[in-house]
Amino acid sequence: MITNILLCGVGGQGTLLASNLLAECAMRAGFDVKKSEVHGMAQRGGSVVSHVRFGPAIHAPLIRQGEADILLAFEELEALRWSEYLKPNGLVLVNRQRILPMSVSAGSSVYPSEILGLLEKLPAKVRSVPALDIARELGNQKCVNVVLLGVLARQLPAIDRPTWDAALKERIPAKLLELNVKAFNRGWNAA
Amino acid sequence: MESSTTPGRAVLSGNAAIARGAWEAGARFAAAYPGTPSTEILEYCGTYAEIDAQWSVNEKTALETALGACYGGARALCAQKHVGLNVAADPFFTAAYTGVNGGFVIVSADDPGMHSSQNEQDNRFYARMAKVPLFEPSNSQEAKDMTAAAFLLSEQHDAPVLLRTTTRISHSEGIVTLGPRQEGPARKFERNMAKYCVLPANARHLHVKVEERMKALEDWACTCPWNRIEKGDPAVGIITSGISYAYAREVFPQASYLKLGFTNPFPAQLVREFAATVKTLIVIEENDPFLEEKVRALGLSCIGKDRLPICGELNPDLLARALPEFAAAQPPARVTMPEVEIPVRPPVLCPGCPHRGVFFLLRKLDVHVTGDIGCYSLGALAPHNAMHTIVCMGASITNALGIEKAMKEKIHGKLVAVLGESTFIHSGITGLIDTVYNQGRHLTIVLDNSITAMTGHQHNPASGFTLKGKPTHRLDLVKICEAAGVKRVVAVDPFDLKALEAALKEGLAAPEPSVLITKRPCILLKGYKPEKHVVRINRTRCVKCGQCWKAGCPAIERDPVDGKTVINATLCVHCGVCARICRPGAITQDNGGQK
Repeated sequence: MITNILLCGVGGQGTLLASNLLAECAMRAGFDVKKSEVHGMAQRGGSVVSHVRFGPAIHAPLIRQGEADILLAFEELEALRWSEYLKPNGLVLVNRQRILPMSVSAGSSVYPSEILGLLEKLPAKVRSVPALDIARELGNQKCVNVVLLGVLARQLPAIDRPTWDAALKERIPAKLLELNVKAFNRGWNAA
Repeated sequence: MESSTTPGRAVLSGNAAIARGAWEAGARFAAAYPGTPSTEILEYCGTYAEIDAQWSVNEKTALETALGACYGGARALCAQKHVGLNVAADPFFTAAYTGVNGGFVIVSADDPGMHSSQNEQDNRFYARMAKVPLFEPSNSQEAKDMTAAAFLLSEQHDAPVLLRTTTRISHSEGIVTLGPRQEGPARKFERNMAKYCVLPANARHLHVKVEERMKALEDWACTCPWNRIEKGDPAVGIITSGISYAYAREVFPQASYLKLGFTNPFPAQLVREFAATVKTLIVIEENDPFLEEKVRALGLSCIGKDRLPICGELNPDLLARALPEFAAAQPPARVTMPEVEIPVRPPVLCPGCPHRGVFFLLRKLDVHVTGDIGCYSLGALAPHNAMHTIVCMGASITNALGIEKAMKEKIHGKLVAVLGESTFIHSGITGLIDTVYNQGRHLTIVLDNSITAMTGHQHNPASGFTLKGKPTHRLDLVKICEAAGVKRVVAVDPFDLKALEAALKEGLAAPEPSVLITKRPCILLKGYKPEKHVVRINRTRCVKCGQCWKAGCPAIERDPVDGKTVINATLCVHCGVCARICRPGAITQDNGGQK
């Protein structure tokens, strides 16, 4: 069976680190894994998306529309934008954070109100997490990505907790490890 | 960014895998100019102690240097994005004639879908046109293995080898089995006029050798492990290469495949054999019908670009829609999206970007702006709308010169060329010399943010550091411009809008070419901490004039209730550009502001 996870957010939110760790753990758990994303202008605040697929054997690195088991959204509007990749009755994990696109802050378009309500009308399970608030409580809003990774990890029984712990320890620089382990735990327990 | 040198397994991008393949194959030299989606190849090469990896000033110097390294006996690699090979095309074609000494691999990373490019040219045609062997990996493991194989093939056949990836190979990741490094045989430069001096008398002989080599390689293409038949349902036979193979396997799992990884010279006999075993033949490839034309030339009928698009990327959904009668299953059911308009989120200049004030003023002065390739290409977008041509690296200055030649006095004082310092060094310097020599008089703005920013912060000669982070000579941009013959070269801090506007006006009014260098590091530059003078807004003084919105800063928002400006404290980096723009004095900076 193949698991398809789409991670989306805004350039600068740290989606890449999260998708890298996810792919790494999928491999350590014994799966084939493929991942795809486009970088280049991503640090300029644009919409960013990573496709992660793992299972016994994976060919295409791209998830088909209607095949994502889980949508992990780092931002509310991006959750809405990419929800068409979700399979019917899939799971949306959404960070309660709004980042206004330029067109909205300049007043030429409107940020949809009640995005969580719109998502709940989809044939999908929706769970929202105040990951930014959690990250701020921990004293560094940059660790919002690892909070969200913890939220996601709890939903993936195929990858056990020790695999995550080992990957975090090996991949995160020592001086940031304690903070990120806390962030991961908060996400893990928030789900 | 780091690389392990121990064997094992790792999840690697195609780009990281190419660097790994080069390292395992004993490569000792690598060069490139950064360009999406190729950039990380050299960054990863730089993580291996045994590879002397360098950023070159452009793709032509990179390819020539790597070619020189291979003449000197090293296994050498150069990498570029697809349009970069246009810049390097001159030495590329002739390298096919001289051949190599150490193995020489050239990587072209194409960008179907133009995620970060100005066109979607299919560089496989370069291999055919230059008569160079061509590999097309379809995942990270193949990217590594084919790179290593390309070095050996290069030495066996005395030929440079082209390895062509696309964005979805370069930037997708998969599991790769890692191996140890194997050093190449010791070689050194040997004088050989007949081989290395392409005087016409020599080149005539070399051309004959090129044709003989390609003939020999055609037989190899039919038997090599990179081109293989995967037997499936004989009703449908799919010929495919690169990422298209991965997509096709997803959508048509039951079909028979001729999976091609080595596509120039074309394995004609193998294609004939495969076609004879299947009922319907389909050629699936991204962009141009590179393989399909060859298949049809054999007199075989097939489905190809009559059903599949030339423009844009392929993906599994698109294949399933285009060829539904061959798909194994119905497309997945889709959720119905709520009926609400989702605002687009294009990339924007970062808060604190040193380019912002420049575009604000260019728009205010309403001048014609010829632009170039870099983060600052975003100056063409709203709300700046202050860039009116973008063609290729370095074209800003020469496009401006040409517009002047056509319009003469009608455009004097109203024409500005804008490019970054890395682009200026890449191919703007020659245009500036042209401008002085041919008596142009437009203003050139060099945006010097101390780094090649758009591709993710690579060093360049003006940053004063090498790819491996070693200090080196720092190019003096002012002296270069003066040496080109420009008498008016002014450097200003682009956060100082008053000085910047004065310099712009003076440069425009001058009856001779002038250069304005805006000096301020990229806000994202590691280790750069601008002095912080807090920016605040007094909302009672905001009259909603909209000046600050024209700065196009993500940190400046409009209150949905009263329409007044709000500064987003999470995003603001206190650069103060908005405080200098604000007319009623609602936005202020605590000190150090230029108001």
